[in-house]
Amino acid sequence: MTDLTSLGVKDIRDGVARGDFTAREVAEAFNAAVAEAAALNAFILTTPDHALAAAEKVDAARAAGKPLGKMAGVPIGMKDLFATHGVETTAASHILEGFTPRYESSVSQKLWDAGAGMLGKLNLDQFAMGSSNETSYFGNVTSPWRKAGSNAAMSPGGSSGGSSAAVAARIAPAATGTDTGGSIRQPAAFTGICGIKPTYGRCSRWGIIAFASSLDQAGPMARSVADCAIMLGAMAGFDPKDATSLDMPVPDWEGQLTSDLRGKKIGIPREYRMEGTDPAILEAWEKGKEWLQDAGAQIVDVSLPHTKYALPAYYIIAPAEASSNLARYDGVRYGLRELPQGAGLQEMYAATRAAGFGDEVKRRILIGTYVLSAGFYDAYYTQAQKVRALVARDFARAFEECDAILAPTTPTASFPLGSMNEDPLTMYLNDVFAVPASLAGLPAMSVPAMLNPEGLPLGLQIVGRPFDEQTVLDAGLAIEERAGFAARPEKWW
Amino acid sequence: MSVDKATVARIASLARIRMDDAALERMVPELNGILAWVEQLGEVDVSGVEPMAAVIPNRLRLREDEVDADPLTGGGKRDDVLANAPVAEHGFFGVPKVIE
Repeated sequence: MTDLTSLGVKDIRDGVARGDFTAREVAEAFNAAVAEAAALNAFILTTPDHALAAAEKVDAARAAGKPLGKMAGVPIGMKDLFATHGVETTAASHILEGFTPRYESSVSQKLWDAGAGMLGKLNLDQFAMGSSNETSYFGNVTSPWRKAGSNAAMSPGGSSGGSSAAVAARIAPAATGTDTGGSIRQPAAFTGICGIKPTYGRCSRWGIIAFASSLDQAGPMARSVADCAIMLGAMAGFDPKDATSLDMPVPDWEGQLTSDLRGKKIGIPREYRMEGTDPAILEAWEKGKEWLQDAGAQIVDVSLPHTKYALPAYYIIAPAEASSNLARYDGVRYGLRELPQGAGLQEMYAATRAAGFGDEVKRRILIGTYVLSAGFYDAYYTQAQKVRALVARDFARAFEECDAILAPTTPTASFPLGSMNEDPLTMYLNDVFAVPASLAGLPAMSVPAMLNPEGLPLGLQIVGRPFDEQTVLDAGLAIEERAGFAARPEKWW
Repeated sequence: MSVDKATVARIASLARIRMDDAALERMVPELNGILAWVEQLGEVDVSGVEPMAAVIPNRLRLREDEVDADPLTGGGKRDDVLANAPVAEHGFFGVPKVIE
């Protein structure tokens, strides 16, 4: 029998529907693979019983001849930023340790309704703040990938680093991610998998622990473009409980998926050619253009003049929103409480937050508090919001000349854990190519292109018009078919 | 603009995060590095540009004026709301004494 853990979403779903194997067999195989992979530290909590129960429901439905859902029989990893009913939800923080939601996030509920099961809660950067998965209270996630000839532990990217590591290591066929400034795309690129952040508003934010509400979007991470299309279809949809949810029909992305790009124009933004970009990434970008041309697309040059200002604007807007969102962690309603002897309410807040937040989270709360404080609000926050408008306008103008944009996902391949911690700014710069699409709320995807000379994966990014996930997925498929990326990490765990 | 230790202490107090001297000292250069870097936004000509708060055009909806319209987010959920509280007493959140 085939090794079930080598299968992706589509093959599992179709195999279960055909009766090639049962959903229970699939869940058992992945549960076992998860149990063996503790060295990756990809999961904060494993939930094998959840996966088995969901699988048994699917097998029973099939036996009864009932219609099966879009994700029927597919066990997935759930980023521990999604509230899951009765299952501890921590955002990889100490302050939420022990928090067991009495409700289910809209996106995870949709996935369970579609027949998926949960292998466990995936590790991440604390409150999704980080680009290397080194800020989790529950320890670093280690990428399954290693440089050729080295045993150094590599970063799986962040913040969805548990998701990327698990999918790349074949201990989950797919996982949820969230993307505020690249947190789906950058880890996908670092681990040789696919990940798509849809248009802002496509996936409900209800029940996702908030980081920066005007930017946060959920999306799927999987090993093929088709798998992403299927899973996004199961995650997306209008939700009245999220005020920014898009009240639009969800297209049949899977059914309409095509790599025929005739008649499409792909824009190459000249400002993305930045100093310090790895030459191997530039080579992958060139290849990407050839592949899309081969698929029938026309390549055109476009300009996004405010690109270099997107990242600094993001590092005002995101911390500002975070400082406000994270004000709710006060030791009163949930999670940790630190009550020093004789302390009053205010001291309890301050002591709880001091003990409960990690350094990067504190740094961002302080930056956010500062830029929103009286006297600095206009100089920093209002200015950043205006720059955000200009970044969005750049894209709108570029999309008058093209249907999608091709760019690298990251300026470098993955790096060893611990190698980028000297200065928080160096880490921030990793998201330089990912953040502009976040600020503009646009659908954007990373697909693997090739390995660099050190044997590490490199990703290409496609950015589309608002609501046009289809073109993004189609271009992703065209790259996937031509890149023939078949490399997988050698099992060392 | 740059911050000194006293300013960081004030921000930390506004943010309700207790920080000792050593933590404040460590944070000063880190925050200044980030602030110096975001300073470049000042170069951008933003004349006539409206600040953007919502990125995808959408309209805010009003829900029906109905009691407990959504079974999940409606009322009658006291026990669920209190279930994760560090201290819940008599159906309320328990906090240290705030009035003498």
